[in-house]
Order: sequence, then C-alpha cells, then structure tokens
Amino acid sequence: MSQEIKDILQAADPANVATINFGPTHPSTHGIFQNILKVDGEKIISSEQTVGYIHRAFEKLAERRPYNQITPITDRLNYCSSPINNIGWEMTVEKLIGVDIPKRVQYMRVIIMELARIADHLICNSVIGVDAGALTSFFYPFSEREKIYELYEEMSGARLTTNMGRIGGFERDFTPVFHQKLQSFLKTFPKAFEEFDSMLARNRIFMDRTKGAGPISAERALSYSFSGPNLRAAGVDYDVRAMNPYSSYEDFDFIIPVGVNGDTYDRFMVRQEEIRQSLRIIEQAYKNLPEGDYKADLPDFYLPPKADVYNNMEALIYHFKIVMGETELPVGEVYHAVEGGNGELGYYLISDGGRTPYRLQFRRPCFIYYQAYPEMIKGLPISDAVLTLSSINVIAGELDA
Amino acid sequence: MEKQNNQEYLTAVQAAFGADVLAHEEAFGMLNIEMTPNRIHDAIAWLQQHQDLSVNYLTNIAGVHYPEAVGREFAVVYQLHSWKNNLRLRIKGYLPKDNLHIATITDLFAGANWMERETYDFFGIIFDGHPDLRRILNMDDMDYFPMRKEYVLEDATREDKDDRFFGRNNNEL
Amino acid sequence: MGKIEDLETINGEGYQLTNLDKAIALARANSVWPLPFATSCCGIEFMATMGSAYDLSRFGMERMSFTPRQADLLIVAGTISKKLGPVLKRVYEQMAEPKWVLSVGACACSGGIFDTYSVLQGIDRIIPVDVYVPGCPPRPEQIIEGVMNIHELVKKESNRRRYSEEYKHLLGTYQIEIDQHGEAK
Repeated sequence: MSQEIKDILQAADPANVATINFGPTHPSTHGIFQNILKVDGEKIISSEQTVGYIHRAFEKLAERRPYNQITPITDRLNYCSSPINNIGWEMTVEKLIGVDIPKRVQYMRVIIMELARIADHLICNSVIGVDAGALTSFFYPFSEREKIYELYEEMSGARLTTNMGRIGGFERDFTPVFHQKLQSFLKTFPKAFEEFDSMLARNRIFMDRTKGAGPISAERALSYSFSGPNLRAAGVDYDVRAMNPYSSYEDFDFIIPVGVNGDTYDRFMVRQEEIRQSLRIIEQAYKNLPEGDYKADLPDFYLPPKADVYNNMEALIYHFKIVMGETELPVGEVYHAVEGGNGELGYYLISDGGRTPYRLQFRRPCFIYYQAYPEMIKGLPISDAVLTLSSINVIAGELDA
Repeated sequence: MEKQNNQEYLTAVQAAFGADVLAHEEAFGMLNIEMTPNRIHDAIAWLQQHQDLSVNYLTNIAGVHYPEAVGREFAVVYQLHSWKNNLRLRIKGYLPKDNLHIATITDLFAGANWMERETYDFFGIIFDGHPDLRRILNMDDMDYFPMRKEYVLEDATREDKDDRFFGRNNNEL
Repeated sequence: MGKIEDLETINGEGYQLTNLDKAIALARANSVWPLPFATSCCGIEFMATMGSAYDLSRFGMERMSFTPRQADLLIVAGTISKKLGPVLKRVYEQMAEPKWVLSVGACACSGGIFDTYSVLQGIDRIIPVDVYVPGCPPRPEQIIEGVMNIHELVKKESNRRRYSEEYKHLLGTYQIEIDQHGEAK
C-alpha cells in the first residue's frame, strides 16, 4: 500500500464515513455482485463482497450426469468463452480414459479455443471502455464479435452455449462455409481490431482514467492465486499454455505479454496483446492444419452416425450404451487445467468407475481472484472501483458456480 | 539445478514428516500424498519455504464426501503447484464425520480464504483459525451442507415433475 | 404530418381524430424504457441484441434505464437463484406503473436445466410475467420477438389497468399490495 493511500485511510473521520451498496443490481457491475462500501467522500475505506447470487450448484449437478452430459454444464461457467470450457472438460475425460487424440483434432481445438479467447477478451475490453464513458468501444467490436459467433454456429449450431466438440474430437469437420468464414475473419478482423485499439490504447482520457486504478503487486497476486491476464498484468508470466502445454500448444510460436503495475490499464493492454497473439496462433494452426480424421477412434464415447445406428447392430449397441451412460470407466483422480479466458481453468475429477463422476470440482479463476477486490480498491475513488471491477472480468456464472 | 520429480518430492516429504505421511500414490502423473490432517498446515508451510521444492502456488482446495468410509468420511484435498519444477502435487487429509476440524492455511496463501469458505459452505468442514468462516455461495440461513451425498440435488418445491415414472421415488437420491 | 396508419381514426382534411387511450398506447409502445436485469448467459445475448448487429434502438428502446423508478419494462435475463429472488421482487415493486415483465431464457421462465436446490424454478413464482422467451439462451431474434409481443400488449392494454380488480387480484396472488395510485407499497 502506498504512502498516499495510507494517509487517506488515516485521515478518514469516522463521522464522515458513509456506507453504500454497490450492487446487487448496479449498471456497472455487469452481473449480480454486491459490494458494501464504506466511503469517506469519494474514497473507499473498506469494502465487503457478497457473492452467490447466481449459484446454480454445478458441482452437485455434475455428480448426477453422465460424462457427455456435463459438457453443456461447462458452457455456462464462463459463458463469454464457452468452447474453452467444453474442450477443457473433454480433455479431462480423455486424460482419464487415456486416449490419443489425432493431430488434426488438436489443431482444430486450438483454433476454436483461440477464437473463444478473442471473443472473451473483446467483451471485457469493450466493457472497460463503456465504464470509462466510451460507448463506441462497445458497438465497434461487437459487430466483429458476431463473426466469431457465426463461426461457432457453423461448428455447433449455437451462438453462445456451444456444447462444442465431443469426447474424442468434434461432432463434425470444419465445413466449407467455416473455412470461408474463417479466412475472411482472419483477413478483416485485424484491421477492425486495430481501429478499436487506436480508439483507446493511447487515448489521453482513457489512460488517465485507467492508469493506477486497482493495482495489485505481483507478490499479492500470487498469494491470492491469481491466474490469467490479471496475473500477467502484475508482471508474472504464468500461462498454462506454456507451462503445461495441452492440445499441441508447444507447436506454436506466441509470446506471453506481461504488464508492470497490475492496474486497469495494464490489464487492458495485456488482453489487447493476447488477442493479437491468439490471431497469430490461429494463423499458424490453420496454415499447418494436418490432414486426418476430426475424431479419435473411440466407439465407447463417440456417438456413431445416425445412419449407422439404424442399419448396423454394433453402432446401435454403442449408441444405446453411450446414451444410457453404461460405459466402463477407469477409477482414479485426474486434474487437468487449461488456460481459460480468465486464467487457469481446472477440472478435478474423481471417478469411482460409475456412470457419473464421484466428485467434480471446477477450479474457477474468477472465484479465486475476486476475493482480492477489496484490497485492490482500498483508498481509491468509487469510479476507479467500477473500472477495476470490469477490468478483472468477473463473470458471474464462473464466480458462483 | 536439475528439476525435481515426483519421487524426490515424496522422499523429501517423507524424510521431514516421517510417520505423518500415511499413504502415497502417483495418479495420472500427479503425486498424491495422504497425511495426518493436523500436520497438513505445517507440511504446506514447509513445502512453501523449501528452497528446492518451492511450492509457491495454491491451485485449489476441494472437499470430498465418502459416506461409506467409516472414520474417514470427509477428505480435504489441497492441490499445489511448484512453478520452479513445474510439478503439481496433491495433499489429502481424511477427517471423521464427528470431528470436522482442520487448520486453515489462510496465513500461507491469502487466496485460501474463499476456497475454505466454499468447502465449509458445501461440506461443513471447519477450518480452525480462519478469519471469517461463513457461508459464501448459499444463503446464510441454509441449515444443511448441500454437497454431502445424502442430500438431494433437486429443488424440493417443484410440483410439475413426477419421478415415479422413471423408477425413482421423489424422496430418495 | 402523416397519418397514423394503425389506429382506428376519423380522418378529414388536415385533422385526424382518435381515442386518447389509443394514441397514448401507441406512444408508449414505441418508447419503452427497459431495465435489463441481466444475471448470466442470457445477459450476454441481450448485450448482442443491444449491439450494432441487432440494434434494439430500432424499437425506441436504446435508453437502458438502470433505475427501476424510470423503467417501463423489466427484462429478466438469466438464472435467478433463491438468494437473488428477494432482490428481484424489490426491483419489481420499485418500478412505477405501468410496468411489464419480459422473462428471457429457460432459467428465468422455469429454472431451465438447473433443477437444483439453489435455483428459483421460474420467476413467475415471485413476480407476474407478461411474455416468456424460451431458449438457452434465446437468439437475439427471439428476444426481439418477445419485445415486439410486449409492444402489442402495451398497445392493447388500458391506461387504467392498474385500477382494475383483476390486476389487483393478480398482484395479490404475489403478495404485492398496492396503494390508491396503483403503486406497490
């Protein structure tokens, strides 16, 4: 804590301290969170969060669902980047059953996951713009973001809650329309993105508003188990994609951007740079997309094509077993982590060999880092607290499970 | 310096904590160590400060309920990560259902605060020394711990669902 | 000035006569101020509906009203947990008459896939709902259709709806008491 903030806190006269509610419904919380702030004038003396307003009992629900029916639940964790959650879960199950995934599937997954990361970071950064008073920065990227939705639709039929992929691969190969739309996206997006970037990145007003808002030091961030862009903004280059590469991330050349102060501006800039790096990864993966099948040979988990189910006895049996959740599963405990939009998204799965997980815990990055929020906004004006909240990108679905 | 592997971690923990290491196994490449619950805090503190082992990151804390295992009904699982050696480690402690107490590790990792509150909220495990052990996700006036296996998942107030046709009684799991 | 086409009118040279009720209803329908009560996934689709591609401002609705006092339409988008229920009810009570409610998404309509101990199984257990939009989440086109259905309701409903016995009875079933001005106490 800097000397300046200490002075503010010391000078606070108890008679002037007011208690105000920031949330649960507040235009700038972007979700339902409550913060009870104690303020002296504009300066925040202390705050306390209440969470759980959309607690939906994911973990209990997962104990009642067969493995392939858990993918739709993961959609609704961080709904700004559902495909990362879906694919992370599928990889966890694949790790449990021990299956080799074809190279093509791995590359396809990388493309989809990086698209999701772009969509996630775009929404966060445009909302930082909105909270700093610039509504244009919301409308510009949103028309680009629609194109990512169109790509999802080609692969899964849904826009937001994608239920993308299956255990062992994808439900379908990249369609011709997908190829065409992806190529045009790669061509037009960088230009539109740089235009968005030029609106904010060196904008005097935006910089003055965001620099020094909600800073956190690297040591504190680590102690709070931060991960993802928020940790990297504090200057620590931890990224699951580089630390424990999954799905062939070791094949690609990308850099991990880091910030210095861990404040709102650094978080914004780290996300902007990550979008550029994600584009680089997509380009590399798309250029080197290997030939091959879009799914692994995994009849116990991968639903056979409908035509086979009607004409082929074996396919019918597998179909029945998968739908009824009668598949043999190994016993064991697996932890698998992927780099989600907000950081290390982990799945801790305990299987007792039954049709449903015995216990499934989600390591939800939002939940873990949001507890540092009171420390980050202490001594700052309320307007900075608003910006800090939007820049740490707390997604209610992920926060409250 | 050479990167340490699972075996070296296990040897080091066994040397330092001897009889408190109750069991160990390697599952899917990750080292699992079961310890006496009241020594877990010290073990994590020791691992955190150790020069070579350097376990610097708390990944998560999970509770598990095993209603059938008499005398060890609840487990608290700490997943830790050493960035220096890029090694993940799982430490477990089993608690009997009539004594759900374990020491908090909020003094070691600030992030353990909410993870422990969540485990308390779901399973009722009490972390001694926790600065503010309250429910976090559920309502404050909830009178049970919903993640325990004996409690049903479904909302009890719904009338439009009749599970009898699926061979289930509405009152059982 | 052009003639207003969709009203029953008596037209003459340079004038147009209609029912005051109908003229007010038309004006209301085209300037509904929504209060987005967006909690989760559906909130993101609602943002897309507001965004440039679908553009809710075509319906005179670009003015989001985050204060319940100045809002006409409560758009509940997303899961409402039992913990959040009282908050939602309070927001509804704070809204001034006339007011309408649009329930967006499976969770708000019925609890959706979350048949769990913590989730309210449909917001119509605590507040009256005018239009339900199904889907998990509904596409922006669906949300817009729901909004257009609200517009139809606004056009048809009497300005004096709040004084009717039927309306009082409806609110009574939700334990919402109203005063002589028709506002929730």
